Amino acid sequence: MSATPTQNVSRRDFLKVSGGLVIGFTLAPRLALGQDRLPGSLEANRMLDAWLRIEPNGTVTIFTGKIELGQGIGTALAQIAADELDVNLQRIEVVYGDTARTPNEGQTAGSLSVEQSGTALRFACAEGRDMLVSAAAAKLGVPATDLRVSDGTISAPGGATVTYWDLARDTDFKRQATAKVKPKPPAEHKWVGKSIARRDIPKKFTGGAAYVQDVRLPNMVFGRVVRPPSPGAQLLSVDEAAARRLPGVVAVVRDGSFLAVAAEREEQAIRAREALTRSARWKEAASLPPTGEALYRQLMSSPAPGDTVVEKTSSVAGAPVKTLEALYTRPYQSHGSIGPSCAVAQWQDGKLTVWTHSQGVFPLRADLAKVFGVKPQDIRCIHAEGAGCYGHNGADDVALDAALMARATRGRPVKLQWMRDDEFMWAPYGSAMAVKLSGGIDGQGNIVSWSHEMWSHPHSTRPGSSAGVNLLAARHLAQAFQPVLPADVPQPAGGAARNAIPLYDFPNVKVVKHYIAEAPLRTSALRTLGGYANVFALESFVDELALVAGADPVELRLNHLKDARGRAVIEAAAQRAGWQPGLLGDGTRGRGFAFAKYKNLACYCATVADVEVDRTTGRVSVARVVAAVDAGQIVNPDGVINQIEGGIIQSASWTLMESVRFDRTRVTTRSWSDYPILRFTEVPEVEVVLLDQPAERFLGVGEGAQGPAAAAIANGIANATGKRLRALPFTAERVKQALA
Amino acid sequence: MANFTLRINGETKTVSVEPDTPLLYVLRNDLALNGPKFGCGLAQCGACTVLVDGKPARSCVTPVSTAAKGRITTIEGLGTVDRLHPLQRAFIDEQACQCGFCGNGMVMSAKALLDRNPRPTDRQIKQTLNGHLCRCASHNRIVRAVQRAAVALRAEARS
Repeated sequence: MSATPTQNVSRRDFLKVSGGLVIGFTLAPRLALGQDRLPGSLEANRMLDAWLRIEPNGTVTIFTGKIELGQGIGTALAQIAADELDVNLQRIEVVYGDTARTPNEGQTAGSLSVEQSGTALRFACAEGRDMLVSAAAAKLGVPATDLRVSDGTISAPGGATVTYWDLARDTDFKRQATAKVKPKPPAEHKWVGKSIARRDIPKKFTGGAAYVQDVRLPNMVFGRVVRPPSPGAQLLSVDEAAARRLPGVVAVVRDGSFLAVAAEREEQAIRAREALTRSARWKEAASLPPTGEALYRQLMSSPAPGDTVVEKTSSVAGAPVKTLEALYTRPYQSHGSIGPSCAVAQWQDGKLTVWTHSQGVFPLRADLAKVFGVKPQDIRCIHAEGAGCYGHNGADDVALDAALMARATRGRPVKLQWMRDDEFMWAPYGSAMAVKLSGGIDGQGNIVSWSHEMWSHPHSTRPGSSAGVNLLAARHLAQAFQPVLPADVPQPAGGAARNAIPLYDFPNVKVVKHYIAEAPLRTSALRTLGGYANVFALESFVDELALVAGADPVELRLNHLKDARGRAVIEAAAQRAGWQPGLLGDGTRGRGFAFAKYKNLACYCATVADVEVDRTTGRVSVARVVAAVDAGQIVNPDGVINQIEGGIIQSASWTLMESVRFDRTRVTTRSWSDYPILRFTEVPEVEVVLLDQPAERFLGVGEGAQGPAAAAIANGIANATGKRLRALPFTAERVKQALA
Repeated sequence: MANFTLRINGETKTVSVEPDTPLLYVLRNDLALNGPKFGCGLAQCGACTVLVDGKPARSCVTPVSTAAKGRITTIEGLGTVDRLHPLQRAFIDEQACQCGFCGNGMVMSAKALLDRNPRPTDRQIKQTLNGHLCRCASHNRIVRAVQRAAVALRAEARS
């Protein structure tokens, strides 16, 4: 991220505070006097008609500010609504994030969609049903308590009926929700708790219009952007005239160092992009950090004072008889979306419409409004699905690119698609991190002291901050908008320190964070934020201490954990995997254990990984992973399993293979050949055990498995070979070196 | 520009484009087919896969002039939501995706595999699909879907 070093301290502090509020509490309490706090996203979007509408044609429309990104949220929300309303699932239509139609629920991130949107819809639909039944009672002259509802038809004991669809016109949902109507007990759920097939899937396998890439508008042109060759590079000259003469070219936009082209045909736009790339001259600077171990040395020497995240001391605990210290590292990693980011934009009469796979249509709109100097109401951002993003990829940036390009096409809509190298070089990365653990055990083999210190760049630089503009092209414009130096995501969820506070009951704990807001490479949210590196380090270190204490890793964890639900998932994973205490690897094969409660707030997940190490090549393969998960009440079991399976395999890929390549000037990861990921013949078998808790609240699951999977693999390699690997990723070369 | 007559999904379509235009853009933009996806433009990820004369081809690097010599099949040519091909049915039944962006390529390569080997092992399926990238990590579901389709296709062949 390009720096704004001129900011003085007070301004920076202000930005930290304001940025933090936006990032951490998009749905922050806005409690007016005398108002009760409402559950989930109802708190910030209190009108009932913002959430649901009964249609006279026999359908129900529910509105969510969240978006579908292949996680199945639309299906899960429909299940929740169908149950509370007593209608068949097929009647429910879902409208996703659209600044003109849906509630503002901030970002679809943090594994919070079911918790926030699902909870809001649950209460809104329960209240909606109550209003409809009351209206029916008045109409039929029967007490409401005597009425029954089945698929939207309300029946009185005498046989008289009236339907929701009859009542639709006369029932006014334009009023504040109270959340006073109690949702149904789990035993009465007909849809929640079942593995309902996802509604977004059939069109995806039949060539239906499923993605933003499939949006086609009349008279649409195709856009491409020509990015600088390196971060901070400035455009000196380019032969725009030659590009304009190429077949099909409709417009070239050059504004500062922002360069883009639109053409009648997509391949013509690609040709023109190539021509512009060839003729452009840039001024570059060597602004990137060193690679290898030097990267982490530099990170750890950054002048960022340590913030104590938590400190707990106990005079009861004995003094440690053995102590240990270890440093774990995680490189910059890419989201690696299969489909590069894409958006469609159109200007008409000074108003902008953008079809986008942004995870937050409202925050995106806010930043677009700043760039174009228009009112947010003059911009409409409409969700259309993209390829899986796994966090903050190029989705928002490409929306600005498309909107900038569309200013030059005289009202014609522009579909602007990034190329593969745009995505690899310019989508934000998951931050490199260094995590130093130290700890001690007493004479009985108990962990009595624990210290966790981490160094990290930002994990959330999304659009929607109160100051600045967090969209890539904005900083390239002649009249540039600088991004804010964001504050870290605050505790308890945390960003850099996410999951750094051990859930275990260690008597002496200190967690220190070095948050380095200025990053040489642009970083932002990649699934789990800091949680992946912190859990990897924390859970690796528990095993390192177990080895010193001569204790079984599972037993040691249980000895230090009071949380009953945490204990249950640990026991369930160990049991399903057939964990044998004290089992040592045979030099090539081994197994490892790990556990976390995501964010210390969301789902519990324990994993057992069976790994095999080829000592000649250093290649690590993960044969099988068993996971046990407690996600509270489960809306869609197969949806949860899908998320956990995917999380484990994606994490295995991060852990074994992935790091972004760069030299001192340029990012050199440009294609999949520079950024290998796990392939079919390399993926582990995954088995998931669900511990359903129908009486408990929803716990987000999309990011629960990544940390534990990484640590279980590391622990499995240590178990197999006796060698502890602390630097991600565990490439064959690195493993071979460690074993030499 | 030149005219090319494409034999595609049992129909013929004529398009007027440069001969070296990658087939992908013709399919998506001239013929409005959503199935084949742009993923990398470098034949590295497989999202754009179609069949030409029954063999998988990466449409992002296949010139339209080459493709015009054969019969082209896209995922739209396999079946529709109302009349699903057993492979499409199997991918839906196994819920074999998250985002689904890679799914087109998986189905098309699996189609070519099952056409020549109706009874593949899991290993053979994985080897066949190894040139296809999936980032959501639905790999195991995809292998199960291909096996499920193989069973259905064998049953169809018997009846």
